[in-house]
Amino acid sequence: MELREKNKIMDELAMKRALTRIAHEIIEKNKGVEDIAVVGIRRRGGPLALRLAGRIEEIEGVKIPVGILDITLYRDDLTTLASQPQVHRTEVNFNINGKTIVLVDDVLYTGRTIRAAMDALIDIGRPKCIQLAVLIDRGHRELPIKADFVGKNVPTSRQENISVLVEEMDGKDEVVIQQILES
Amino acid sequence: MKFERKDLLGLRDLTKEEIEHILYTAAPMKDVIKRDIKKVPTLRGKAMVTVFYEPSTRTRTSFEIAGKYLSADTVNLTVSTSSVKKGESLKDTIKTIEVMGFDAMVVRHSMSGTPHYIARNTNMRVINAGDGANEHPTQALLDMFSILEHKGTLQGLKVAIVGDILHSRVARSNIYGLSKFGCEIRVVGPSTLMPPELEKLGVKTYYHLDEALDGVDVINVLRIQRERQHTGLFPSLDEYASLYMITPERIRNAQDDVLILHPGPMNRGVEISSEIADSTRAVINEQVTNGVAVRMALLFLMMGGSRDEITN
Repeated sequence: MELREKNKIMDELAMKRALTRIAHEIIEKNKGVEDIAVVGIRRRGGPLALRLAGRIEEIEGVKIPVGILDITLYRDDLTTLASQPQVHRTEVNFNINGKTIVLVDDVLYTGRTIRAAMDALIDIGRPKCIQLAVLIDRGHRELPIKADFVGKNVPTSRQENISVLVEEMDGKDEVVIQQILES
Repeated sequence: MKFERKDLLGLRDLTKEEIEHILYTAAPMKDVIKRDIKKVPTLRGKAMVTVFYEPSTRTRTSFEIAGKYLSADTVNLTVSTSSVKKGESLKDTIKTIEVMGFDAMVVRHSMSGTPHYIARNTNMRVINAGDGANEHPTQALLDMFSILEHKGTLQGLKVAIVGDILHSRVARSNIYGLSKFGCEIRVVGPSTLMPPELEKLGVKTYYHLDEALDGVDVINVLRIQRERQHTGLFPSLDEYASLYMITPERIRNAQDDVLILHPGPMNRGVEISSEIADSTRAVINEQVTNGVAVRMALLFLMMGGSRDEITN
């Protein structure tokens, strides 16, 4: 798949502001941070979850548990993919029973990843509720799934790709829209 | 990294990268086994059959439960009660199984090369669960995974394989696998149980246990296969025990953190003493858990993608 960069929609500062606002919104919606835990979806949801937890700790002065979820074993497209993606470990090293879990991902698109993440989470335990925070909501949902916290709504076409880069993995913070070129 | 093979017939033809990929994938699978809900929906709608022409409890059960943890449908064909007893040929048996819609077949046979023959004659994925004295790749993979968990690396370790090397497919698969990671592999046992030209595989042959165990990081103790011992290749089990049994005394010159493996089932007091078998150096029960994890990894890698797109 060949991609051509079209537009930068977030830079480092914009990402920082969006995450700070989401952190405030999580605290506000839940009236504090009691029994709250943040779980990022591999791969780029991981660093975003860690940052959100850090932001919440700065604001409230309370450390909240952070986990990372690998959803590969729960994907619904495994039998149609040419070859299966790499499975990584799920690192949720705390009891999620009765907790409010904020799932974190970089981009919300079809909703299928979130469906898989909810199934994966519920196989580990029984959270009190699950909320969803995403940096970018690009539309085109295929399942009845909606984010509770959104960094930025970005209307896109299916011929476009949203690329989220994070410092921890890519060396810089940036969100760009790319055009998928027919080859 | 992709795993693009149709079949797993042995470690001999796998690359180091392919082995690393399987072992890496086994770690998240082990996490699944340790959860309260030991099931993931990954292989829903896939079916596998185990066909064992030789007795086995742990390998067959391990494959079966590995498939079930991944939500595949698993069926065990017990050869002693099947049409094989009515004289059906192997080829016809394979075809019959294939047209029932199975995606993968796990096979054990007393004759070396049987899984290879089956693989050439079917579209099903074929996994070798032990063929004669040739290979037992999933056992070696679980041994390697256990070593990796405890030592953090496989690279450059000194590994001794002790016992009946001649009849051992476990030894052969371990030699093929570990040698790709630059391990120094030593094999030790009575000369009558040592195959000729073993040095061609890059291993060092020893006949004295104490020399072989000097400074080793890992000892893999093989089972004395009483069922293959009709011809009197050593005088008695007692004599074997006095020369080759792994005891606290005999491992004194191995590394302090030496890891002791045994593929099971154990003959306590023959190839391994109870003190060793029950000590913290030995990880024999953990190997069984790791066996399920490694087999889950393999089933996922081999059945998880679309069959049509994968070529061999």
